[in-house]
Amino acid sequence: MWAFIKRLWSTIRRPSVHYSLGALTVGGFIMGVLFWGAFNTAMELTNTETFCTGCHEMRDNVFAELKTTIHYTNRSGVRAICSDCHVPHDWTDKIARKMQASKEVWGKIFGTISTREKFLEKRLELAQHEWARLKANNSLECRNCHSSDSMDITRQSARAAEAHERFLFSGEKTCIDCHKGIAHQLPDMSQQSAWAGHGNTSSVEKATAFLEQKQDEAN
Amino acid sequence: MKRIAISLFAVASLLAAAAFAQENVSTLRPITPLAENGPAAPMPKVVNTDIRQVRNYPEQPPLIPHKIDNYQVDKNSNKCLTCHSRAAIGESQAPMVSITHFMNRDNQFLASVTPRRYFCNQCHVVQTDAKPLVENDFVDVDTVLEYVKSKEEAN
Repeated sequence: MWAFIKRLWSTIRRPSVHYSLGALTVGGFIMGVLFWGAFNTAMELTNTETFCTGCHEMRDNVFAELKTTIHYTNRSGVRAICSDCHVPHDWTDKIARKMQASKEVWGKIFGTISTREKFLEKRLELAQHEWARLKANNSLECRNCHSSDSMDITRQSARAAEAHERFLFSGEKTCIDCHKGIAHQLPDMSQQSAWAGHGNTSSVEKATAFLEQKQDEAN
Repeated sequence: MKRIAISLFAVASLLAAAAFAQENVSTLRPITPLAENGPAAPMPKVVNTDIRQVRNYPEQPPLIPHKIDNYQVDKNSNKCLTCHSRAAIGESQAPMVSITHFMNRDNQFLASVTPRRYFCNQCHVVQTDAKPLVENDFVDVDTVLEYVKSKEEAN
């Protein structure tokens, strides 16, 4: 093995015998352009709606749900496709996300969510991944279209304007904190803190700890 | 002979009545013949003023003064309660769901909204700017009382 690597290295280091310097540099440049173009084209292909809805997992679950929402049909006809919200637009972030997506290929091959039941079972976990991602990047994919600088709150309803002024412009919250479940149905939210008014987990934990402490003192 | 005359008269009056009805009876249905599809009426807009409306009688469930398009209310989640629940109103500044909604059918108060009061749209609805199809001459109880009082004074 080591001998093979050594031989390869010496071959690479040796100057070219048959090809001119021009052919090598120009050829290398052209091949580089072709490779780069092909790579990016192939990657863009995996960003299309046709690609995403090529699998029944997406087509019958999340894509079917998207169709009734404002991100699919609306008055002005501007719409979002899967990758607009779920894939970062910046190149490095996009590559990172695409590498993460190899997990999704794994899931596809082993049928992790191949039935509706399996999907519903897994839905909360999958949703939490997306919420965590959007929370971490300050709802970047939302803001690619919905810029807070261009947001004219006088054109919004009084309720929306007030909420955006209090939470968005102050930086206290990011889009996904309030706007969960706008493009797809929500999973079971009963365990999500500050959602559905079931109290938040931290206060439940506090109460449990308090009761346990009381019990210990009694014993 | 007489019988024929009576039946003729009956037929004639029926025809006349039918013709009269066709011209003069106005219905809520548009004039398009039954077998054809007429043009669809424009969709009325939902009132989205965020201004609370007066209840016509005390027991009336308050009207929703904003849009509720695509609000998910099911076993998994209740979009309304993300603002109107007890815990959420500090942030949302929305009116809290009435305490009666915490009461089960034995009048016992639970920790949160009871399942029987969970589906908001069973009672609470939005209003649209649609023109009423029939005139509504409802008067509220204050008007009735005033009317009675004025009658008593008159006597």
